[in-house]
Amino acid sequence: MTKRDYSLLGEDARRAVQTGLAAAEWYHTDIPRKEMKALMAREDGPAIRDTLILFSAMIAFAAGGIVLWPTWWSAPFWLAYGVLYGSAMDSRWHECGHGTAFRTGWMNNLVYQIASFCMIRNPVAWRWSHARHHTDTIIVGRDPEIVAMRPPALFRICLNFIGILDAWNGWARMFLNASGRLDPEEATFIPKSEHPKVVRIARIWVLIYAATMGLAIWTGSILPLMLIGLPRLYGAWHHVLTGVLQHAGLADNVIDHRLNSRTVYMNPVSRFIYWNMNYHVEHHMFPMVPYHRLPALHERIKDDLPRPNRSIWEAYAEVLPILKRQLAYEDYFLKRDLPPTAKPYKEDFHAAALGAAG
Amino acid sequence: MSNWIDACGTEEIEQEDVIRFDHGGRTYAVYRSPDDEYFCTDGLCTHEQVHLAEGLVMDYVIECPKHNGQFDYRTGEAKRAPVCVNLATYPVKVEGGRVLVQVG
Ligand code: FES
Repeated sequence: MTKRDYSLLGEDARRAVQTGLAAAEWYHTDIPRKEMKALMAREDGPAIRDTLILFSAMIAFAAGGIVLWPTWWSAPFWLAYGVLYGSAMDSRWHECGHGTAFRTGWMNNLVYQIASFCMIRNPVAWRWSHARHHTDTIIVGRDPEIVAMRPPALFRICLNFIGILDAWNGWARMFLNASGRLDPEEATFIPKSEHPKVVRIARIWVLIYAATMGLAIWTGSILPLMLIGLPRLYGAWHHVLTGVLQHAGLADNVIDHRLNSRTVYMNPVSRFIYWNMNYHVEHHMFPMVPYHRLPALHERIKDDLPRPNRSIWEAYAEVLPILKRQLAYEDYFLKRDLPPTAKPYKEDFHAAALGAAG
Repeated sequence: MSNWIDACGTEEIEQEDVIRFDHGGRTYAVYRSPDDEYFCTDGLCTHEQVHLAEGLVMDYVIECPKHNGQFDYRTGEAKRAPVCVNLATYPVKVEGGRVLVQVG
């Protein structure tokens, strides 16, 4: 059994570069240029509509929570507000980070900055981390965004349903960056020219949190923190629930997103919160396609992909037994069958990684 | 000074689009702008050496297909992270329905 070293500075990282697994050429379904251009085309309309709905709902739920504070009647309002703050902002961070949500650049940037703050992810640092996640998706030692490592740290994942570790790490990193320093791992993927920006944003955030804390102390109430900061904890569950499914239980160290990413059909509310990232194989294969065209992209290429999971629950029924088995045997994973219409996996290239397929 | 090289016919590129052009062991990207001007840059993104011709042209910007970095293809200026290094550009002229580029 192979022991995986997920450090970006470790042995697996070195080996991935040496073997050409890092920054490799990945598999893509063939789509003629004309069709691809139509799928990639940008527009502002859908994201403006969704952003107005999102922010209006946040204001309405927050207002309900404030009016009914401190009674228990405010709880449902906070739960709804929290999910929009601690989960919907994850997908906004993601999509606007790619720059695909809106056609207009400043709109992407504005929503990206707000969402990064809500998720406590430095917008500069995480842009680079996510670029690496796309270059080296689930390549051990290269991808800084692997949620379910092997063996899976189930306790950590569970804690993140209430955001504990992510938020803690986010705040700790914010203070580190605000002090003018970068973590040695993040320094491996953020160019030096960007370091001052990382520090500047962290300092602005420290000021915002200080003002919120100050207000809470001054008013003798945690209400300001219910609006800013704490929803990253009590509203995180949905983005973890959906995010775990993106890659967990599938292959690592392969260069075909059909082997390491999962598409799951979801209900419309989850899809709004998650901004269609349930079409995850499609997103990784073609990150230029905006979220609102992923259903169309899915229709176009589904014959070349493994069958999607039919629901969140069906996906968990698939994932949980795999994670459980990986606790004892970390090389175990699910290699999903392709439909007869699909181009086969490149077995020769993946032979080493797929040797232990379940 | 190098010679003008015939890259393609003017109609081989759609308006607001890009094609790949290989010459002398190197790869280039040739663009047609929304107002029918033609431009030429290096073909590989300065971030991770991905072919820009598979990206998306929007107005005067080429967006890289890998991480959505952007360049102004008229000047080569890097406009959006994760690209930080500018792209080399090359002179272009149109003659007799052909796009000629001065590369190499
Ligand atoms: S390879 Fe072009 S932006 Fe990363």
